[in-house]
Amino acid sequence: MNNVSAKAKFVLGGVVIVAALGWLGFVGFEESKAYYITVDEYAALTEPREGRVFKLAGDVVAGSIDRSKPQMEFIIASNNKEILVRYVGKDIIPDTFRDGSTALVEGSAAPDGTFHARHIEAKCASKYEAEYDKRTTS
Amino acid sequence: MASFGNFCILFALCLSGYALLAALIGVSQRRQTIVRSAEHAVYAATGAITLALFSLLYLLLTDDFSVSHVANSSSRELPVFFKIAAIWGAHDGSMLLWVFFTSLFCALVVWLNRFRHRDMMPYVIAVLMIDLGFFLCLNVFISNPFTQLAQVFPDGSYQSFLPTDGRGLNPLLQHWAMVIHPPVLYLGFIGFLVPFAFAIAALITRQLGDTWIRTTRRWTLLTWLFLGIGLILGGKWAYVVLGWGGYWAWDPVENSSLMPWLVSTAFLHSVIVQERRGMLKIWNMLLVIITYLLGIFGTFITRSGIVSSVHAFAASNLGQFFIIYMSAVLGVSLILVASRLQYLKSERRLDSILSRESAFLFNNLILVVACFAILWGTMFPVLSEWIRDTQITVGPPFFNNINVPIGLLLLLLTGVGPLFAWRKTSLESLRKAFLLPSIFAVATCAAVLAAGVRNFSFVVCMTLCTFVLVTIVEEFYKGTRIRMSSRGENPLLAAVNLTLKNRRRYGGYIVHLSIIFMFVGFAGNVFNQEASGRLAKGAELTIKDYSLKMVDYREGAGSNYQYRRAVLDVYKDGKRIRTLEPEQRMFTAGQQQTTTEVALHSTPKEDLYLVLAGVSRDGSVDIKAFVNPLVFWIWFGAAVMFFGALIALIPEKGRIGSTQPELAGRQTAGVNPGV
Repeated sequence: MNNVSAKAKFVLGGVVIVAALGWLGFVGFEESKAYYITVDEYAALTEPREGRVFKLAGDVVAGSIDRSKPQMEFIIASNNKEILVRYVGKDIIPDTFRDGSTALVEGSAAPDGTFHARHIEAKCASKYEAEYDKRTTS
Repeated sequence: MASFGNFCILFALCLSGYALLAALIGVSQRRQTIVRSAEHAVYAATGAITLALFSLLYLLLTDDFSVSHVANSSSRELPVFFKIAAIWGAHDGSMLLWVFFTSLFCALVVWLNRFRHRDMMPYVIAVLMIDLGFFLCLNVFISNPFTQLAQVFPDGSYQSFLPTDGRGLNPLLQHWAMVIHPPVLYLGFIGFLVPFAFAIAALITRQLGDTWIRTTRRWTLLTWLFLGIGLILGGKWAYVVLGWGGYWAWDPVENSSLMPWLVSTAFLHSVIVQERRGMLKIWNMLLVIITYLLGIFGTFITRSGIVSSVHAFAASNLGQFFIIYMSAVLGVSLILVASRLQYLKSERRLDSILSRESAFLFNNLILVVACFAILWGTMFPVLSEWIRDTQITVGPPFFNNINVPIGLLLLLLTGVGPLFAWRKTSLESLRKAFLLPSIFAVATCAAVLAAGVRNFSFVVCMTLCTFVLVTIVEEFYKGTRIRMSSRGENPLLAAVNLTLKNRRRYGGYIVHLSIIFMFVGFAGNVFNQEASGRLAKGAELTIKDYSLKMVDYREGAGSNYQYRRAVLDVYKDGKRIRTLEPEQRMFTAGQQQTTTEVALHSTPKEDLYLVLAGVSRDGSVDIKAFVNPLVFWIWFGAAVMFFGALIALIPEKGRIGSTQPELAGRQTAGVNPGV
């Protein structure tokens, strides 16, 4: 190894490190990847839904949040397509999650046609925001 | 007042355009007076923007809801402190704050260098003004905080509209950490404009030795510090306010502020190699360009809505302008670098893999790989949509799988790097240097294993932390001993003087020390525990060796919210240690947001973290409890980092860098003391 230049050793070391990290990244990617689609796109899927992790985006239908059961249930909708979601995760429901908010639920399809969500994210209700229109007057 | 504010930013835009032209004309015609007028225009633009900011503040404090930004981010009952913070509580005002900070930096740079670098400064001013001008354009034409509300009628006519009250500041932002977090982060993004401007000026004027690096070293360090503190503040806020039990979620907006921090850390280290050995000149140029662009990219991700994030800034059409600007800057910078390659050749090569240069090279490699991986993961939904027409998101396992090993490698380099000599380290000196740290490291490893811990990352982390800690302590010890024997100072005085006389080196060691503390804090994650339960009055929830007894449930009102509060007595090993009162708050104005107020009992060993998840009709409360070990050390480490960076920032007496411009190709004998 005496004839191998320091630069070559660095390059070799670098390649080993990057390759190892790349492999770890790939594993992590496969573990966590989720298809991010809206509820109506999900309803229109022709490919099988089993075995894939989805992140569904939809608006929480007003009045549908049911916290009385041990696992909270609610309905999200987009473009007139709805789906019943059962929350099977352990995290606390975010404060932003309520009627009309845009919810992102990550999980997978249950055999009974509902969606079992392991994670919920929610954003401020865009439809219900009274966003003031902006025009200059002069 | 709104028209006045509007006029001010428009005027500032004109001034920045003038400054850009005057600087370039002045330098091409070699007329110093024209360049001076450009400098004056920079000061004037800063003044105009300051006036605009004060106008917005006035409008907020006087509850002028005819102005859209005021109506969107403030309300009558908002406490004065938060009315001030409402400047950056919504999109438009935050752009004005951004522009304000940028203009301050521009004025400061111009003023500090008013007698120096006369050849580079016109180009520095030009670059500064292009950046300022871009953001001012966004501010004036797209995100104008002074636009007034209007009611639009079906026939297309409109009249002004004055709501009785504003929508209020998002309650999630009504917390001290969230008030400081955006300004500090902005300072962290914006500050890299200065080293970038000097780098471009150095390329144009062919002064490609160390001048541009040494002149901007403190800017880079200060900006790096702001960015780091901004990141920590965001984490602290997430931990204490969002109430999900953690402080970092690999959210796209979080990632976008981490990326410039990573490459600027790489840059802070690689410039040392250029100063010492005249190597990595092209690499440093590329790094500073990437750092600047990542800062712009960061604000682009946050504002454009291109990647979905819980940081729900409304999506706007700003995205395309950012993309055009970033592409143009990247293109021009790369062309400039390519045209100056002959002046950027390394003066020396890598002599040995066991050298400090080599350690810095590995440091840079893994920091850049980390940044790239995070960029990849963050932008993957956009990429996958582009290629396969469906968005695929990537979650924490991806980011953690890559970044935990990278963190451990960095920790190793932090300990090992300073032990290597420049050029080549003899195996003998390595053996001596590694001996004591290794002994302690192995002892720690054995102790951790003996305690029953089997988590690989945790064991490695603690082992390496010990190794690095001992190397740092040894450095201080050796230096202090020398001062004591040569100058007869007592140990404390010697240590203090040692640090103050070699600020860059020992300030750096203190920052490394802070990293150790923070890594210990991160490692605690491995042993997080949680428990939840529904508690009626008198019932208890057990977690680890704590017992939580539900004592009372109260409802009431605060200044602009109503609350629901659980009162819980905390028992540890049978003794009552304190009472914790987790809360939910419902804010009445505008968005009717609910927030969680976490109840926290924090000790260096662990945090007991309680959340009121819900209340049932019979008055029993749903409590979620976490025990998060070692979190305290993250915040403690952040304070140490702040302190260490401050020491390194203290300016030298007298000027660094002569007033003579360097000729291309002639290297000043750059041996810096103490590094």
